Amino acid sequence: MAAAELALLEKSLGLSKGNKYSAQGERQIPVLQTNNGPSLTGLTTIAAHLVKQANKEYLLGSTAEEKAIVQQWLEYRVTRVDGNSNKDDIRILLKDLNSYLEDKVYLTGYNFTLADILLYYGLHRFIFSF
Amino acid sequence: MRLFVSEGAPGTLPVLAAAGRAQGRAELLISTVGPEEHVVPFLTRPKVPVLQLDSGNYLFSTSAICRYFFLLSGWEQDDLTNQWLEWEATELQPALSAALYYLVVQGKKGEDVLGPVRRALTHIDHSLSRRSCPFLAGETESLADIVLWGALYPLLQDPAYLPEELGALHSWFQTLSSQEPCQRAAETVLKQQGILALRPYLQKQPQPSLLEGRAVSNEPEEEELVTLSEEEIAMAVTTWEKGLGSLPPLRPKQNPVLPVAGERNVLITSALPYVNNVPHLGNIIGCVLSADVFARYSRLRQWNTLYVCGTDEYGTATETKAMEEGLTPQEICDKYHVIHADIYRWFNISFDIFGRTTTPQQTEITQDIFQRLWNRGFVLQDTVEQLRCERCARFLADRFVEGVCPFCGYEEARGDQCDKCGKLINAIELKKPQCKVCRSCPVVKSSRHLFLDLPKLEDQLEEWLGKTLPGSDWTPNARFIIRSWLRDGLKPRCITRDLKWGTPVPLEGYEDKVFYVWFDATFGYLSITANYTDQWERWWKNPEQVNLYQFMAKDNVPFHGLVFPCSALGAEDNYTLVSHLIATEYLNYEDGKFSKSRGVGVFGDMAQDTGIPADIWRFYLLYIRPEGQDSAFSWTDMLLKNNSELLNNLGNFINRAGMFVSKFFGGSVPKMVLTSDDQRLLAHVTLELQHYHQLLEKVRIRDALRSILTISRHGNQYIQVNEPWKRIKGSEADRQRAGTVTGLAVNIAALLSIMLQPYMPTVSSTISAQLQLPPLACSVLPTDFLCTLPAGHHIGTVSPLFQKLENDQIESLRQRFGGGQMEESLALKAKVFPKPAAVETVTTAGPQQIQELMDEVTKQGNIVRELKAQKADKNQVAAEVAKLLDLKKQLALAEGKPLETPKSKKKK
Repeated sequence: MAAAELALLEKSLGLSKGNKYSAQGERQIPVLQTNNGPSLTGLTTIAAHLVKQANKEYLLGSTAEEKAIVQQWLEYRVTRVDGNSNKDDIRILLKDLNSYLEDKVYLTGYNFTLADILLYYGLHRFIFSF
Repeated sequence: MRLFVSEGAPGTLPVLAAAGRAQGRAELLISTVGPEEHVVPFLTRPKVPVLQLDSGNYLFSTSAICRYFFLLSGWEQDDLTNQWLEWEATELQPALSAALYYLVVQGKKGEDVLGPVRRALTHIDHSLSRRSCPFLAGETESLADIVLWGALYPLLQDPAYLPEELGALHSWFQTLSSQEPCQRAAETVLKQQGILALRPYLQKQPQPSLLEGRAVSNEPEEEELVTLSEEEIAMAVTTWEKGLGSLPPLRPKQNPVLPVAGERNVLITSALPYVNNVPHLGNIIGCVLSADVFARYSRLRQWNTLYVCGTDEYGTATETKAMEEGLTPQEICDKYHVIHADIYRWFNISFDIFGRTTTPQQTEITQDIFQRLWNRGFVLQDTVEQLRCERCARFLADRFVEGVCPFCGYEEARGDQCDKCGKLINAIELKKPQCKVCRSCPVVKSSRHLFLDLPKLEDQLEEWLGKTLPGSDWTPNARFIIRSWLRDGLKPRCITRDLKWGTPVPLEGYEDKVFYVWFDATFGYLSITANYTDQWERWWKNPEQVNLYQFMAKDNVPFHGLVFPCSALGAEDNYTLVSHLIATEYLNYEDGKFSKSRGVGVFGDMAQDTGIPADIWRFYLLYIRPEGQDSAFSWTDMLLKNNSELLNNLGNFINRAGMFVSKFFGGSVPKMVLTSDDQRLLAHVTLELQHYHQLLEKVRIRDALRSILTISRHGNQYIQVNEPWKRIKGSEADRQRAGTVTGLAVNIAALLSIMLQPYMPTVSSTISAQLQLPPLACSVLPTDFLCTLPAGHHIGTVSPLFQKLENDQIESLRQRFGGGQMEESLALKAKVFPKPAAVETVTTAGPQQIQELMDEVTKQGNIVRELKAQKADKNQVAAEVAKLLDLKKQLALAEGKPLETPKSKKKK
């Protein structure tokens, strides 16, 4: 699952050489073995790493505020969206997001970021099963 | 910007510490709000701490707030920090919330609290020590350190929850805790009340989800299938092909078994059962059975192993029992010793000797140790006020007095220890004491006694523990118990008693006294070994060569971990001291305790009358072994585990594998041509086998049993996917494939039979006989999966291994052993099984009705919030709030919950 998502991200970032991912533990957390250092574990950690690799740091936010907001929604993705949410939790989650986005174009306001990409991937399965 | 915090919200700690670090950058206003205040308008559920930025945006994630403060101070993000923060949010937080909830809201202690977070703590410790950096993301303290420190501080500030074997974590935590911003944050949040400061906040939080998942402790954890590298697979195949040839030759059996220099010498003891109690299942799993599994495993590894146990026979209890039955104490001991020995024989416990403490060797060894302690000034004399029952005309031993516990007020505290709070009691401190025999009130009389000067030995003990504990396999509960004893300080303990039935005290003026059993019972291991061989000192005065494993239930930890080591250290005679102290928690019976007097529970001698074979008992008791937390024996669960794990999983696999060889290949193992799928399976089995070894080396007996079942599950899947019964009728290639699958499967069955040996020795030898395993393969368990049944090997007659347990059979057993509590326990059971229905059975309204009410509450909540956000008219808001409260009340009633009284909100 997570590996497919990361492969998709690589493609949209324009990274040519595909990485190989392994999965760890019962939640199948993705692990990336990098060439020049220790392995990286975790979906958002690897995603942020890929963004830097593609020299698209702007996707992580430009100001301190934006950067913090991007990371906040990345965390939201892996803890809330990927958590074992039941139907009620999902309903609340979608309602919260809807009311947050009422006056915004993207999660940080007007700039498209990695947070939008990963949240989109994460929500995809709910929106299509509702 | 404005920071919203709430009294006792744990997230405030890292946020304040991080703010302290990036101080002076921007003005920070702090507002305190109630724990259920909706600060962030777009979030349905309340959340604090929250940072409202000058732009109007909200940061509601604790880590994001900390990150923001660090970013303001010019810090740059990096992969390693991101990784730690993601781990904190996804792994640490769920575990930690559960631990804090147990500790603060439910008032649990010890391993109950530490259990959920142990893995996470170990992960941090290993990361720190592997990188050999003082901080998580490098040489200097940074965001990751602050966030993790803040999360962990409430728990780890109590040293009892900072395991001392995690040295790197320890020093990291101390370093951070001593820094000024952290110190100030800790003072602000915990207000010097320690963990209790979090109570008002945590009480208002929903129960963490990890708790719900763990409600039934007997369930296996999820199995994970790791990814294997090509090298690992290739290595497994090479080793497999070597077959039996790669096994070491069988060690000749020695008699007596004695330590050998240069080898691994394992001395195993299990707590000595008190002679005149018939042991119940809880006693059996805690001591003899656990030790037996390890002893059998140790022999399978070809380690030089001696397993010693016996009955503990001296003391008042025996004297009283003798009076009751009109026999002499010696006759009572002779009678009951046989009962014990028979029970353990039935359970197939592989003692090298099952002895007793009433022997000349016991007197000799005890008196020698005492004399040495006396000569070295470790024994004090004092006059003791003691309870004497005038009606029975004797001094009352501690366990023959009952009364009210002076510490917790428990009504049925014993004279030596309170069963409720676990504190040790001096019998004369009991309130309202009663003689347990005649129920009259005893009087206090004085008598001269000897005391072991534990405070004088404390330094030596600490030094020894400091050397022994790190890196050893002492169970966490044993470490915890010893630590808390040392923290409370040791006191001199009386070692003599006014009795006749005991080891005589070799000192003038003490002719009419004997040693108190707790002083000399642990020397029983030595004297029983001395009865086994006159060279007993080669085991017991040989700490350099001998690894001593002692098994017991947790109530016995102080005597083995403190008192015996103190006596042995004080005697200065180079005694072998415990290297690995393995203590279990308690096993309950159904929903209560085992009770002989109320006739509740299964006792050792009754198990054989149930018609259920000893190996099934062993399996189920080991499957629910109370490792890490208490567990419960349940008839229904036993039926389930027998029918699902033994019959359908393990038995089914082994039987099918053998049957295919008999039916399709005339009993001769077919030729195997391994495909890459087979090789992968082989590597998985090897990996699981290695896991089994790692677990048993650490005496994680229950978990290792899961490895066996996992392998057999892999095997069943393998057969199911490859369908040899179909392929055998197909083309030449199909027939060859059927042969390979059958051959590999029967080799897995052969491996399982040996892995099972420590757990189910009879079943194990039945399988070995059915498969005609070579003798060498039956006695040694290698660390790799080998081909032990090569092509052409002839197997014997295969027959089913297990029998189904039927509902009515189990129901009648439950009634037979339920005692007076039967109905009550059945009523409780109904709530526990089946699991998913648990919530519904206690509610008073249907789930649909509840759902409708919930939706209405949510809807009404939104109306109220919208009105508030629009700053609507006060009266209008009040009216809608009243509606909301009414709905919540209806919901609570429907769910059968107690009503919450609405709290007055604090003004911002």
